[in-house]
Amino acid sequence: MGLLSDPNRRRALISLLTRLNTPICLVCYMAGVAWFMGLAFEPFTLRTYMSENAMGSTMVEERFPAGERALATGREFAAHKKKVGGMPVDWLVKTMQARGLEVFTQSFSRTLPFPDENKERYMVKGTNVYGILRAPRAPRTEALVLSAPCSPGDNNQAVGLLLGLAQYFRNQIYWAKDIIFLVNEHDLIGMQAWLEGYHHTNTTGMDWSPLQGRGGSIQAALSLELSSDVITSLDLVLEGLNGQLPNLDLANLFYAFCQKIGVLCTIQGKLQRNDWDSVSGYSHAVQTMMLMVMKQASGRPWGDHGLFLRYHIEAATIKGINSFRQYKTDATTIGRLLEGMYRKLNNLLERLHQSYFFYLMPSLSHFVSIGYYMPAFGLLTVILLLRALDLWVQLTHIFTGRYLSIYSACIGNSPLLIKYVSSQQSSPGVLSVLTPLVISHLTGVALYTLPIRFQEMAVEHFPVSETEAVVLTAIAVYTAGLALPHNTHRFLSGEGTEQGWRVLKLVAVLYLAVLLGCTALINFSLGFILALTLVPVAAFVTPHIPKVLSAFILVILSPACTLLFSVFFFQELQEMPVSFQDGWLLYLSVISQGILDHFLYGSLVYPLIALLVYPCWLLFWNILFWK
Amino acid sequence: MIEGLALLDLGVSPYSGDVFHETPLIIYLFHFVVDYAEITFMLADVITAVALYLAVKDYNKQVFRKQKFALEADRYPLDCLELIRSPKEMYYIPLKVAMFYLLNPFTILSCVAKSTCGLNNAVIALFILSTIKGNVLLSAIFLSLATYQSIYPLTLCAPALLYLMQRQYIPVNFRRASFWWFIVQYAFMYLGSLFVIICLSFFLLGSWDYLPSVYGFILSVPDLTPNIGLFWYFFAEMFEHFRLFFLCVFQINVFFYTIPLSIKLKEHPVFLIFMQLAVISIFKSYPTVGDIALYLAFLPVWSHLHRFLRNIFLVSCVLLACSALFPVLWHLWIYAGSANSNFYYAITLLFNVAQILLVSDYFYAFLRREHHLTYGLYLKRKDGSEATLVLK
Repeated sequence: MGLLSDPNRRRALISLLTRLNTPICLVCYMAGVAWFMGLAFEPFTLRTYMSENAMGSTMVEERFPAGERALATGREFAAHKKKVGGMPVDWLVKTMQARGLEVFTQSFSRTLPFPDENKERYMVKGTNVYGILRAPRAPRTEALVLSAPCSPGDNNQAVGLLLGLAQYFRNQIYWAKDIIFLVNEHDLIGMQAWLEGYHHTNTTGMDWSPLQGRGGSIQAALSLELSSDVITSLDLVLEGLNGQLPNLDLANLFYAFCQKIGVLCTIQGKLQRNDWDSVSGYSHAVQTMMLMVMKQASGRPWGDHGLFLRYHIEAATIKGINSFRQYKTDATTIGRLLEGMYRKLNNLLERLHQSYFFYLMPSLSHFVSIGYYMPAFGLLTVILLLRALDLWVQLTHIFTGRYLSIYSACIGNSPLLIKYVSSQQSSPGVLSVLTPLVISHLTGVALYTLPIRFQEMAVEHFPVSETEAVVLTAIAVYTAGLALPHNTHRFLSGEGTEQGWRVLKLVAVLYLAVLLGCTALINFSLGFILALTLVPVAAFVTPHIPKVLSAFILVILSPACTLLFSVFFFQELQEMPVSFQDGWLLYLSVISQGILDHFLYGSLVYPLIALLVYPCWLLFWNILFWK
Repeated sequence: MIEGLALLDLGVSPYSGDVFHETPLIIYLFHFVVDYAEITFMLADVITAVALYLAVKDYNKQVFRKQKFALEADRYPLDCLELIRSPKEMYYIPLKVAMFYLLNPFTILSCVAKSTCGLNNAVIALFILSTIKGNVLLSAIFLSLATYQSIYPLTLCAPALLYLMQRQYIPVNFRRASFWWFIVQYAFMYLGSLFVIICLSFFLLGSWDYLPSVYGFILSVPDLTPNIGLFWYFFAEMFEHFRLFFLCVFQINVFFYTIPLSIKLKEHPVFLIFMQLAVISIFKSYPTVGDIALYLAFLPVWSHLHRFLRNIFLVSCVLLACSALFPVLWHLWIYAGSANSNFYYAITLLFNVAQILLVSDYFYAFLRREHHLTYGLYLKRKDGSEATLVLK
């Protein structure tokens, strides 16, 4: 261990790192951002390929004939839906039974913590209907799921196609796994109830009736969203809860079948382009990748498939898009595509695990794997570690400085020396750091618990609705945290002030590094976006920089403002830019959706930001205002 | 534990299934306190903390007394007076040790998980207390209880012997009869109490089948559930043919460091206890975070070494990051299915390497301080120029 035990080389390396600390940090930051932007450049990406051998080789002709009949069933479903005013349970049960499936229903109910203004629901009650097609010759140990959400007024063609496929699949003999055809009500809430019932878990506090029939362990699932009779392209949605992605083989399967059947396929709603060496081609790829990053960072499931991923089931959502193109695809072709995909999935011997679980897709035929995108994040974390090393060296110099001065001042006078030494020796004041830490985390806990708890009180005293009360309380607690440093100094028994803020900054920088590392492992996009804004804050904040300007910059780079800018940026990327008013309302609804996602499905973004990221940022705010 | 109790109530030997691997005395203890399990574990932690507090207080008094004698005998060179420890600085150390143990997140985790490691720690802490107080009989009894629970505290015999001999002013010399006589006495008490406990277990359960279940399990490592130790991954990967060889190598590794460390540290047996505890908790077959908490609790006792520690920053960063990454990678492997065992084992390896680095760093700092106390703090070569101390 030459580097660690040879004192001369150590000293040389450490002095190099301390002298050049700021330039190295700047270079690392630029390199990290440049590396990330370079990921979308086509020569740096890999073409997608099918990794699972069991899905590779069958040359099968798809023969699904009944597209028109499926659309007619869809229209019947729409009519019954309108008549009943919700999910036509009896009609669905009868239709599925007529097609030879084993039909079961599950009822569920949930009272949301506060009304959901986007979907206008508060006390949700519904029923899921599902039919199981039993595999004719195989033991019932594995299953595949095809689901279509039942939404008011939409998605009728998907349910029709689902029923048409059920009838066609029933007549085939090659199924080795059970196929479950699921129609869930109230989209994600119904899906969560069904999955919890299927797996006998109850993590979100929902009330549901137990499932009467099961099919074995689910290997893969597809969710259909189809709202028009003819489509021009099919869109694939991959992002699930907490930024989890299905195995890349599922996306490869979809892409392979779209190529075979000749349907246009998109990802993030964007068609891929061939001119990667032009500026507009590159920016198109960057936009697609940034859309995926934003969607993954939000931690919410962007389709009904998002909830399957938590149970180790690979799932994706296929959306049919009808836009202004000449070539239209009809329902029979979509049926053939789904039939082909399910026949391939039928061949699986084990769960999809050969291909990547962590990837970014700048287009549907190219991907970037974790080994290529992690260095971008690593470069940003190195900045934090360099800063920590720099602070440590400064702190040890303060100590050895004391020792040397004592020695040179009092040489030869032993008893007095002992007394003087004992009065000067003090270990690094780790305890003085404890107060800002505890107070910041208490503020984080307040940000997490108060909005829900005090919504009744807020509604009594202010003329706002419950959702607005929750969101505005959250923003109020967040802003109140900014006033803290001016008050905590009364409780602090600040040791030598020069040393005190350095110790606090060391602890805060290491805390941020560990936090960002753990976040990036679970949800890379969220970790990267937080790193982009928080690492500059952590690296450059000291009590000695101009206060007003740096306070302003710190607020701009805080998690709440990052979220605000991301909302505007996301709308820009989707080519639907919004005005400031609309953007602000959208921002408030994003906060309320985030809180609801946490309580309904167990999304971790809101607790992470409220309980860990916000207190960390408050520590840096504290350091800025250190006296 | 619950399975063992259930089987016992049914009248079947608890060791007949392959699930239960605790000793019979523990089953009987829990037979009575199973309804108050949380209180038992909290009590065990409190006993450990109090025992460590009293032990360290006594040890500090002895250190200070030895230092005073050495100062009066003028054995220290003049320029190393800053290395002398004062009572004021040593006053809070016992309290810090107790707080380090009780407030350590690892201790809290193992208490919440109701791991029997808490009871093992209590027995070892009582052993340390009785050794430092100089009570030979109690020290032998507690050591035999600790060995009865898991075999590895056997290596703590050596530091206990060295300390007790030092306290009774018996010189550590192979040629002296008093040395051998003391070893015989201690061995007699130790083996005698071990024999009594083993026979008691036999009479409690009526059969000898707890011996292979408990000790055979620890030594032959049949269960390869991932934990924070080094054994499981190796043994999952290797062929059956070589299993016995690797088993011997790994187990000898735990016991091997006793002899060289005892020879080097024969003047400082309490530091030897610390080193041995650390070696046991890193290299044992089924380590838990409770073991780590026990030896980390000793760190405030050596806080005067902090100016000689070279890698403390790196080590504490790595330990902190690994402790945070353990649950993340476990979740990714087992629940999300996106990672595999290599990720988790990488973190385990890193964690153990960091612990080894921590222990060796403290060892270096301790030896360096002793060297300075003998040869002076600011070293000069023969021609008077400044010299640096390099560990080769």
